[in-house]
Amino acid sequence: MSEPTTIQTTPGSKMIATMVLVATVCGVLIVGAFEGTQDAIAANKRITLERAVFKVLPGAASVREYAATPTGIQPLTGAMPEGGVKFYAAYDQAGALKGVAAEAAGKGYADVVRVLYGYDAKCQCIVGIGVVAMRETPGIGDKIITDKAFLQNFEALDVRVNAEMTALANAVKVVKHGSKQNAWEIDAIAGATVTSKAVGRGINESAQKLMPLLVPHIEDVKREKGNGK
Amino acid sequence: MSTNQKLDEGITFDTFMEGIWRQNPVFVMVLGMCPTLAVTVSAENAMSMGLATTFVLVSSCLLVSLIRNVVPKEVRIATYIVIIATFVTLVDYLIQAVSLKLYEALGAFIQLIVVNCIILGRAEAHASKNPPLKSVVNALGMGIGFTIGLLALGATREILGAGKLFGITLFGEQFQPWVVMVLPPGGFFVLGGWLLLFSLLRNRKAAIEGGHGHE
Repeated sequence: MSEPTTIQTTPGSKMIATMVLVATVCGVLIVGAFEGTQDAIAANKRITLERAVFKVLPGAASVREYAATPTGIQPLTGAMPEGGVKFYAAYDQAGALKGVAAEAAGKGYADVVRVLYGYDAKCQCIVGIGVVAMRETPGIGDKIITDKAFLQNFEALDVRVNAEMTALANAVKVVKHGSKQNAWEIDAIAGATVTSKAVGRGINESAQKLMPLLVPHIEDVKREKGNGK
Repeated sequence: MSTNQKLDEGITFDTFMEGIWRQNPVFVMVLGMCPTLAVTVSAENAMSMGLATTFVLVSSCLLVSLIRNVVPKEVRIATYIVIIATFVTLVDYLIQAVSLKLYEALGAFIQLIVVNCIILGRAEAHASKNPPLKSVVNALGMGIGFTIGLLALGATREILGAGKLFGITLFGEQFQPWVVMVLPPGGFFVLGGWLLLFSLLRNRKAAIEGGHGHE
């Protein structure tokens, strides 16, 4: 154990001891912060989700997460089952189904535009949309939030499934501003076509997947079940 | 020993003011430009980012200063990074608990406080050589200086680009927002304007005090 050189160095054990000590203190701090904020964060996420769902389905009072799978609808607990599509069932005060909300995403001008749409099982149509996240140009792309004429497209957007229950009877399509003729068409905003199309494409993609899985089993979620999560 | 005592006495008004005026991180040192340009689209975002950075700065400088005599110099940078990363994680959780909307607006820039050179720079250049109280006072000054810098940019961009300040509409219906100001290029324009103003002021002050220009 003789020192071959005379250069003064800190022994490795001291370095390791220091790092271990610092890492331990930091670990305790992080775990403390995680434990301390966990409930507040979970509550925040829940409120954000509820607010978004209530906005597209006015009159709803509670929200439950479900997964629509090829074998039926099941409450979403933990991981998403194979081939499943996530959706939210919203209920009114009495516990009757108010509508269904699901997320749609389409590539916009700057980044992916994510919207939440509300679906009414009675008319088989979309009754409202809300933007979850987007980075479109302020003043141009963000008209999808404010443009009243554009939002009217989503007051009764037809998303009926076909007779075989395999896809939508009519694909949701974005058409040039002022040329909407059918209930399944979306009238684009003049000057914000890219963003309008992103919304339309996203909704079409999501509805094509979700509706054929949801509609045959819609009775399963007609009433709010239990009081658990 | 004598040097240590000298440092202990060294808390002056300048220890605090250094970061606000003489060595302002945004306007003088031009450090931490990544969050400065990216999150200052509104005064609220700028303020939150500034406060989050200040918290990390002050807490890590305190801890670094407390253990400055124990940490072997070979592993000091690694130690500082672990400490800074810890406080950034704390801030990350805290902001999520306070407001998810704010968390999404600030995006990845909260986590990126870890690599903000102002913080590591302070830890290495100041906190590792000075007693805790002095380090904290200095770090607080730096943090406030950074917050003021961000707020100056955020407020200017929000007023020009959206006609609002802290979300409150300032002008009437006729106001046409100058949209480019809230887009990325606007960040550079506004930063350039503030840097120009700041150096003019500094040069003028130096000329008055020293009787000659500031190179």
